[in-house]
Amino acid sequence: MDNQRSHVISALVLNKPGVLQRVAGLFTRRGFNIDNITVGTSEQEEMARMTIISRGDEKVLEQILKQLNKLIDVVKVRDLDPEYMVKRELCLIKIHANSERVRSEVIQYANIFRGRIIDVSPETLTVEITGTPDKIEALIDLLRGFGIKTIVRTGATAISRGMMDY
Amino acid sequence: MKGGEAIIKSLQDQGVDIVFGYPGGVLLPLYDVIYDSDLKHILVRHEQCAAHAADGYARASGKVGVCIGTSGPGATNLVTGIATAYMDSSPVIAIAGQVATSLIGNDAFQEVDTLGLTMPITKHNFQAMRADEIPGIIKSAFYIASTGRQGPVAIDLPKDVQEEEFDYKDEFQIDLPGYKPTRKGHPLQVKKASNLILNSKKTVILAGGGVILSESSEELMNLSNLINAPVTTTLMGKGSFPEDHPLSLGMLGMHGRKVANLVVDECDCLIVIGCRFSDRTTGNVEQFAPNAQIIHIDVDPAEIGKNIQVDLPIVGDAKIVLNNLIRTISKLKEREAPPAKGSSPSWKDYIKDFKINCIPRLSYDDVPLKPQQVIKEIRDSLDFEAIVTTDVGQNQMWMAHYFTSKIPRTFLSSGGLGTMGFGFPAAMGAKVALPESDVVAICGDGGFLMVSQDLATIKEYDIPVVICVLDNRHLGMVAQWQKLFYDERMSHTHLGEVPDFVKLAEAFGVQGERVEKPGEMEETLKWALKSGEPTLIDVIIDPNEILPMVPPGCGLTEIIGEYKVEREYPGEIPYRSPLKEEEGE
Repeated sequence: MDNQRSHVISALVLNKPGVLQRVAGLFTRRGFNIDNITVGTSEQEEMARMTIISRGDEKVLEQILKQLNKLIDVVKVRDLDPEYMVKRELCLIKIHANSERVRSEVIQYANIFRGRIIDVSPETLTVEITGTPDKIEALIDLLRGFGIKTIVRTGATAISRGMMDY
Repeated sequence: MKGGEAIIKSLQDQGVDIVFGYPGGVLLPLYDVIYDSDLKHILVRHEQCAAHAADGYARASGKVGVCIGTSGPGATNLVTGIATAYMDSSPVIAIAGQVATSLIGNDAFQEVDTLGLTMPITKHNFQAMRADEIPGIIKSAFYIASTGRQGPVAIDLPKDVQEEEFDYKDEFQIDLPGYKPTRKGHPLQVKKASNLILNSKKTVILAGGGVILSESSEELMNLSNLINAPVTTTLMGKGSFPEDHPLSLGMLGMHGRKVANLVVDECDCLIVIGCRFSDRTTGNVEQFAPNAQIIHIDVDPAEIGKNIQVDLPIVGDAKIVLNNLIRTISKLKEREAPPAKGSSPSWKDYIKDFKINCIPRLSYDDVPLKPQQVIKEIRDSLDFEAIVTTDVGQNQMWMAHYFTSKIPRTFLSSGGLGTMGFGFPAAMGAKVALPESDVVAICGDGGFLMVSQDLATIKEYDIPVVICVLDNRHLGMVAQWQKLFYDERMSHTHLGEVPDFVKLAEAFGVQGERVEKPGEMEETLKWALKSGEPTLIDVIIDPNEILPMVPPGCGLTEIIGEYKVEREYPGEIPYRSPLKEEEGE
């Protein structure tokens, strides 16, 4: 559908066992999709924050927010305004790099993207990069030519700009 | 105090005096406490019946029903009953035993992931990992089950937690920061709705199960009278409005009354209260109430816009919202120059006349008996306070269609999940809740056989329910669809010649009678109720009777099958209201 777009949903949840299963189960059962989900502790001791990226039209988004809100362990749910948030992802890329030429080129690309080399072996280099998912895609595309061995991505997490508390 | 003692004390603190259950290995510590307790326990013969009985108890009384099953198969047997309660928003607490905490995850004997299994079919669930969590969990469970949109809550209790000693404290707070049900409707929405109602000429009310759950039948009647609006109900809303009232249209939907389906199609304003727009109620959503502005009142915000896009949502408890709505409309009407008058008495009169033309025919002399005649005789045998439960299938839809209900909580049926086998154990629960009321279960022969072992329970505990098995030796509803939509290819819907239901009842020491001719149903049911004993009545009915219906995917006016009416009248039923022309007045 043409009115489908990607939504970034931020949910404050109780930090206890089973919460991730409740949220993931809800998405499966109701036929909502999850592009990615990140979970971590929050500024409040007994709460965790989930960032869920999902695609759908406005009607689907409304149902996702309402159904999430119905879960007893979910305390607060927000759809982040794309114009008013910062979205970041961490990615680790392990590259085949056994020649001096490849090594120096990879290091240069990593520098351009403000990435860091976090592991070196005779056969490989590992790059750490943080940024928007688009930026990470761009670096991956550039490095593909050298032979990527492994990619590990966290999936995007996001926060609102300014004074809002989510 | 031990964990098991804390469970019983916490249940009793919540006002529980009776539970339905079935013991097992991991429940030995709990049942050892029950042995000395004054909490009454009814030993069912299958855990599914414990869950349905707790559900029937809750639906009949409005109180929370409690059922107990052991770990593993005990818990999985409870699942159907829990899912039934969930779909119909019934407040049930299901307590399941679990293997000891040290064994969880080891695939221990009778271990199952009860928490995972019940997650999608409960409002919430808990697992107690320490005995000191028990009082808080049980208090929270009752609070969650009985507030907001009601629903079942499951509690998983490992064996060692039931045995663990802890210091019980009377004073404790429950902490549910993520649970704040909306109760009051937004005043601006109420005002907008009032104006919309007053600016409409042909308003209809659709009452769902939420009206019964929020105890707002009186408010529903007041609103209907105030705005000259006829009332149709969903299956779950049956009993929320007296069906012998001139403004009652009966049930709406796939198997709804013709008058209800046609009038909803015609109305220009539809007030929907405590209803989730089930596909069985709406038919094809694109064609549902095509001429109406829809006002949707529901306590669950997630129901707004889920199945049907509505024009004016009001989130809140039906009772509070209806009272606000009545107050606001009354005020607007009292003004010297009201904004508009709303539906006129002529709309009301039109409905009354229209309705007389399509009252379904109930009287038949046929043998084998027509279900309409049976239901007529059942109605004539009972007072209106009597509780009837139904099973699922043709028996349920015949009852919903032909049986007149007047009082909330007197018509109990598995609406959402459509659980065959619900009727009999639910009746058992209802009778336990309200021993003074007559309770009659109307079952099909298929559904009753799924739970017939619990004849033992009603005999042992002397629970005098009357079970009417509408016996056509078929899975009638599925057979009906095979006849209508599958070229009469009757695949596995004939149930054969056994059992003899009267002998089956007698084997359990329950009195049984067979009914085959017009007049016998009333006579036998009255006799059974007078006897004060549990009774089974095997009612031999015509296997070929088909209830007119709206085929799936069609609009509500596309009723197929002959709709036999009580009164013959000349000419076609006027489908479009003469009011259309009058509107200029």
